Amino acid sequence: MEWLIWFSKPENTKPLALIIFFVTFIGILIYAYGSKTRSEKLESYRDIPFLDDEEGTKDKQ
Amino acid sequence: MAVTTYSGAEQYNFDIVKKFAVMSLVWAVIGMFVGVYIASELAWPFLNFDNPYISFGRFRPVHTTTVIFGFGGSALFATSYYVVQRTCQTRLISDGMASFTFWGWMAIIFLADISYMLGYTQSREYAEMEWPIDILIEVVWVTYLILFVGTIMRRKQPHIYVANWFYLAFILATALLHTFNNLAMPINLFSMKSYSLFAGTQDAMTQWWYGHNAVGFFLTAAFLGMMYYFVPKQAGRPIYSYRLSIVHFWALGFMYMWVGAHHLHWTALPDWTSSLAAAFSILLLMPSWGGMINGIMTLSGAWDKLRTDPVMRFMIVALSFYGMSTFEGPMMSLKEVNALSHYTDWTVGHVHSGALGWVAMISFGSLYHMMPKLWDTKIYSQKMVEWHFWLATIGIVLYIVAMWISGITQGLMWRAFDEFGNLQYSFVESVAAMHPFYAMRAIGGMFFLTGAVLMTYNMFMTIRQGKREAAALEAKLAAKMARA
Repeated sequence: MEWLIWFSKPENTKPLALIIFFVTFIGILIYAYGSKTRSEKLESYRDIPFLDDEEGTKDKQ
Repeated sequence: MAVTTYSGAEQYNFDIVKKFAVMSLVWAVIGMFVGVYIASELAWPFLNFDNPYISFGRFRPVHTTTVIFGFGGSALFATSYYVVQRTCQTRLISDGMASFTFWGWMAIIFLADISYMLGYTQSREYAEMEWPIDILIEVVWVTYLILFVGTIMRRKQPHIYVANWFYLAFILATALLHTFNNLAMPINLFSMKSYSLFAGTQDAMTQWWYGHNAVGFFLTAAFLGMMYYFVPKQAGRPIYSYRLSIVHFWALGFMYMWVGAHHLHWTALPDWTSSLAAAFSILLLMPSWGGMINGIMTLSGAWDKLRTDPVMRFMIVALSFYGMSTFEGPMMSLKEVNALSHYTDWTVGHVHSGALGWVAMISFGSLYHMMPKLWDTKIYSQKMVEWHFWLATIGIVLYIVAMWISGITQGLMWRAFDEFGNLQYSFVESVAAMHPFYAMRAIGGMFFLTGAVLMTYNMFMTIRQGKREAAALEAKLAAKMARA
């Protein structure tokens, strides 16, 4: 359990947390904007609020 | 993508949405009236009438609780139940549980208000309710969570629309915040009085971790959920960018949790803690403005709606105030600016530019969109909506300008020194200097309240009109059936 002591030092955990959060953020950006096919699929979800309308979208983009 | 045809109100539980929507307006009028009254007490102290029950100290939490949890909370319950059903194309999993959240929530607001007037308070801002009411909140909130998650789980639409993500984040975060901020020990089982489990600096830290996240998740994330559904619906166009909404959601949710300590600059709190909070507050500007841009740009190519549709105007002005207050907030979190602004009326003005400008305006816009649909009719008077919009906008401007001037004046007077190094002004001199601005603020509040009363009347007439139309239709059908 000695290795756990490494985590008790702020000088270790602060940059570690920074790396984890930054990588996660970049991961979300890549997920959202990285692939053309996925982008198209994600953007298709914009229409969900209009799907149960009797009249549907009046003037969609 | 699954497409389900909307087959009328029977498919969904709209009864619960109607109840919450109506009570939202009732609490708005009560809460804003109390707000105007306490603002008037500060300007004209005779209004205290030496009556402890309506003194500023007891009436102030009545105002904050009624507008935040009564008006805002009911609007969120109403819209979240409406949005989750319509975007998941399924009915709420339990009508009984939905009804329980309604009666439970109404009891909470009523009991909280009465207890404050009787002098019971935890003295924790926006969480003044004593322990029995806190337990009731916990039970109602967990029921709300089960109901919301259960409904999402039986959705007919495979994707969970982004508005539901924001609502869910709000429900989860509020559960977490409420639980930990209210850990307390009652002095005995039959007493309303309790003491916090935390002490000193830790207590202040917990309180402001709660306080700012109440702003972040209750007053921001949840109303963004409202925005992501009702702005596209009212505009008749889908949201500008769905991908931006994903980045907006994760960035906002992650960053808000860190910023509470900026309320405790220059206190006994360790310096690094409040510096960290200030750094995250500045970073928060980016997701906040990302969301604002996403909402406003939804109108791209249809800007004429701003001129022709007063409901749309409510929503876009709400987003503009959201952008303005999420710029002002990070600026006030800088230690140097905070040294001037803290403990002054500037903070009060900032809170109200968010609460009135963003929260109330987006709620008004969403309710104007939703309520006529619920009763299957049109708004009774568009002219009154126009009047409401201008009364509300003028009211907010009067309020925040008054508070900017009085806040900065206070800050400067408190830190002014004479040539001998003594304080130049006594405290009471700063109070006297505030008087015209307190009167101006009260008048701004009166404008805003008048608008809310107008809306309540307009919606009351809309409901009556909807009921009449439904009755006429029913009579026509019955006559046709009798003839056949």
